[in-house]
Parts: sequence; structure tokens; C-alpha cells
Amino acid sequence: MSALPAELRQELEQEIAGSEHPQEQVINVMYALQKHYGYFSDEAVHQAAALLGLTPLEIEELATFYDFIYRSPVGKFVIHVCDGVVCWMFHEGSVFDYLCKKLEVCEGEITADGMFTVLPTACIGYCDHAPAMLINGVFYGPLTPDKVDEILEKLRTEHCEPVICR
Amino acid sequence: MAEQVLFLNRQPDRPLTFDEYRQHSGYEALITALKRKPEELRQTVLDAGLRGRGGAGFPTGKKWSFIGKGQPRYLVPNTDEMEPGTFKDRVLVNVNPHLVLEGIILAAYAVSASKGIFFIRPSYEMDAELIEKELQVAREAGFLGENIAGSDFSFDLFVHRSAGRYICGEASAQVNAIMGKRAHPNKEVHMTDEGLWGKPTIVNNVETLSCVPHILKNGPEWFKGLARSEGGAGTKLYCVSGQVARPGCYELPIGTPFSEILAEAGGMSNGSELKAFLPGGASTAFMPKKFYDVQMDFDPLAETGNRLGTGAIIVFDQNTCLVAAALNLIEYFARESCGFCTPCREGLTFIRDLLWRIEIGEGEEKYIRMLREMSDAQSHSYCAFAPGAVSPVLGLLNHFEDEIREHLSQKSCPFAGPGIEFRDSLIRLEKSSGS
Repeated sequence: MSALPAELRQELEQEIAGSEHPQEQVINVMYALQKHYGYFSDEAVHQAAALLGLTPLEIEELATFYDFIYRSPVGKFVIHVCDGVVCWMFHEGSVFDYLCKKLEVCEGEITADGMFTVLPTACIGYCDHAPAMLINGVFYGPLTPDKVDEILEKLRTEHCEPVICR
Repeated sequence: MAEQVLFLNRQPDRPLTFDEYRQHSGYEALITALKRKPEELRQTVLDAGLRGRGGAGFPTGKKWSFIGKGQPRYLVPNTDEMEPGTFKDRVLVNVNPHLVLEGIILAAYAVSASKGIFFIRPSYEMDAELIEKELQVAREAGFLGENIAGSDFSFDLFVHRSAGRYICGEASAQVNAIMGKRAHPNKEVHMTDEGLWGKPTIVNNVETLSCVPHILKNGPEWFKGLARSEGGAGTKLYCVSGQVARPGCYELPIGTPFSEILAEAGGMSNGSELKAFLPGGASTAFMPKKFYDVQMDFDPLAETGNRLGTGAIIVFDQNTCLVAAALNLIEYFARESCGFCTPCREGLTFIRDLLWRIEIGEGEEKYIRMLREMSDAQSHSYCAFAPGAVSPVLGLLNHFEDEIREHLSQKSCPFAGPGIEFRDSLIRLEKSSGS
């Protein structure tokens, strides 16, 4: 198991120590480790457990519960495509299928360049802009194939802070 | 335009700032309230008839009155908002973050809470950042932290970032989630006695909390007078989406008839005719056209056997297959089920497979009875999740049985095809049949 960079470890230890109840930091710790490893790896499970004084099993049961914690490797950008009923209604030429074809991946796979993973996601609360998707905490909608192309191009070429929530 | 209360001074493209909110007597309700006793606030909110806007419609003042004697006490403003079709809390936070914060601080004072945990879903990350920024502004202005506005009352608020899952919106599951446990609901204890860290805890939706400053400023009678329905109180943020001309979040008197809310959203979209609507998000039942004039409030909808839920109205037109729509909804709930109790975990997937078979033309007459039996069986599940999940299925059975039968007799979907692929079901069915 590779050690965490000292700076990240200290930062997390401080956050946990400064917390009235250390266990309430568990999701923040999972997000931070996910950001560091690119996904919530087996190493991350053990690191989180050690940091919080929990068992790896306790971490695992949380990690597998939440859909924004990725237990398998993902691309630099995770595209969460809303499959709620409102977006579904506007699904002619489905955004999800379009993205998979365009990026040549199936659900959960990583594109050859390591940039993207496409996942179906529970209603993201953007029904007034359906169909919609979420990439690294940012909403996009209403989507058309042209708009999707534009967004992918922008993410490929412009510098963007990688991966997920804070 | 109807009287705007929560959306007062709404700007089209940005949140109201702290200064703007103060200029329109923002935080004045708090300053005045801090001179009164907490129990007076609870009574005023009870008298105003405010009911929880998160879906259950429980009287807010009553919930507050149950607060246990233990210390410290916690307040959990709930912005999980994962009910499909619902986006009002996101809009509200972005229209007037300080109204939300003032409501939270007032509620905290009313129940003598010393700490608040603002629960936000991961897809609202941008809003979590906004709230954190505005929290700091409120803190620097002396409205959060030690001795708020020079009083003896101290309270601070922190953001909890969730990592997903619908069940986290349920109060006891949410409290478990904050404590770093798997977010299963817990019906063994009362949150008001043994909630967060075993201490008295109030979980309130943020739309509910945002009504509080206005109630305290203008009085219970004024608040009741805002409603269109008999016995109703206040305004409601209705989210309108689906086949309408102008989808969006509209503030109207609670109890406004569905027909008028639809008109507010510009009516049906071009070429669309109304076939059905869900009145309050995915866990309410489909309503056919005959309910066109139903008043959108808790009691009038309960009288029809339905629920106001979150007031998220989803509109379906003549070209949308309701079997496929119900399948989409149950697909969602089957995936989101926490899996803790058997009726929900096994029953929802069973219903999904029945609907799937009907949709692809492999349905049988007996499936109609089986759908009803399995839906009714959800009343045996542990929490309110599964009974909510089967509401659209029951609506389909009660009002659109003909449409199910068309699928059976034609041995295919009578609509030009759902235009979508139900990936999950498809893959699973393929696997189970070994192809």
C-alpha cells in the first residue's frame, strides 16, 4: 500500500481531529481520497479506515452505498446522465446512448484517452432543463447532440479541475 | 402575478445578496424574535398552519413542539431533494440564500438548537458552494456563531456534502448519513428525542424553513390568508416539468388548481395534449385529465387518494406511454432502494420485471392482478419509501388500465416505441434468459 502524500494526510488528520465527531468526516475523507487516487481504490478504503479508526468493512459498506463514490477506476471526467422520468420523456435519440456511441464506451468504462466515463444517474434536479447531465458538479442542459459535442470538446481542450465533488 | 413571498425580489440571473436582503428588512424577523421566548415562536408557527414542504406535510410547529429535553440539540435543514421532478430547493437557495439562512436560524432558536447541519446532495455542489460563501457573510454580520445579533443565543451552521442516494432524504436515514453510517431509515427512535448523535434533532425541508421569517413578520392570519384552499396556509413552490411550454419553478398560493399552475407554465408544449400528471414527484400517483381542476394542497389531494408530495408536477402528453413511464419510475426506485427490508428490495424489482414484460409485448392478463398485489404488499415495508415507489403503478392501474390492456392485446407498445432503451432491465433479462 503506497503511503498518502504527507500534506494530504496531515490535512485530513487535522480535519478529523478538529471535528466534534470524527465519523461525520467520513464522506469528506472518501471524496478527498477519491480525488487523490482518481477513484475510491482498495488502497483508499484502507487509508480511510485507518484515518477514521473504522474497519475497512465499515468504509466498504458506505463506499458501495453511495453512487458518487466510485469503487472502480473512472475517467478524468465522470459524466452523470440523468435518467429520471422527465429527462426520459425527452430521450428521443437518448443522450446516454449518444454519449456511449460518440465516446465508444459502455456504461462505466473509460475512454481510450482516459478522459471520460459515462454513468446513468438518478434524477439530478434539473428537470426544467431536461434532458440534462452533470459533469464534475456542473449541470448541462437542455442537451442536443450538437451541445454534447461542444461540451466534450471543451472538456478535452480547456483546463478543468478534474474529478467530482470537493 | 400572484403574491411572491419566498421569491420576493427574485432576480433572473443571480441570487439576492446579503445587502439587498437586509435592505428589504431581511434578518429583522430574527432580531425581533430573539427578544421573544422560543415557545412563542413555536406557537406562532403552529398557529400559522405551516406544513412540511419536503413531502410529508407534517405540521411544522407540531414537529418543533416534540423537541426532547436533551442537550445539545441539532437542526438539519434538508436539501437532499432527490424526488424526481423536484428542483424547488435548488431554485430557492439560488434566489434568496439569506432567506433560507434566516429561516434556519429562527428554527434553531425555536427549538434551542446549537448546531445545524445543512444536508446537500452531490448534484447540488454549486449550491453547496454558494451556501458556504453566504454562511460566512452571515457569520461576519453576527447572525451566526456566538451571541447572535447581541443576544444570548448561539448557533452555527455547517454544510454536509452527501454522496447520493434517494433514501438520504428520509429524516432518520439522513441523520444516519451525517453520522457516517449507512443511510438506512430508523423507525425505532424519534428523531426529536434521539436523533443526531443520540440528541434531539429536527429535520426540516428548506422551503418549509424559508416560510418562517415571513410568518413571524406578518403573523399567522396573514400566512393562512395566502392560501387558495380551505384550511391551507401559505404559498407553495410548484416545480412544473415535462410536456409544458415553460418548465420552471413557480410560487403560487397553496391550493391553486392544477389547471392554473399549468397555465402559469405556459400550458402544454406545442402539439401536446394533456394525458396525465404526477402531482408531487415520482412517489405520487398518475392523475388523469378528470383531475384538471384539483386544488394542489395536502388535503384536497389526500381526498382524491393521492398526495401533494413535494409539489413537483410532471406533465405527460398523449404521445407518452404511461407503462414505459411507470417502468422508468420503478426502475429508479428499485435501484435506489436501500435493500434493508424484503418487500421493498424484492417487490420493486418484481414489479419492474412485470412492467418490462408488458412494455415489450410479453405481458399476460394475470400480470395486472400481480402488479396490484405486489404494489399493495408494499404497505408491509419498513419505511415510506416503497409505498411511495408504487404510487405511480397504482395510478396506472386505477386510471390507465386500458393502456396496459392495449399492450397485452397488441403484444407490443401501442406508442411509436418508447424511443428509449431500458438498459438495466434489458441487460438483466438477457442474462437471466441466458442469451
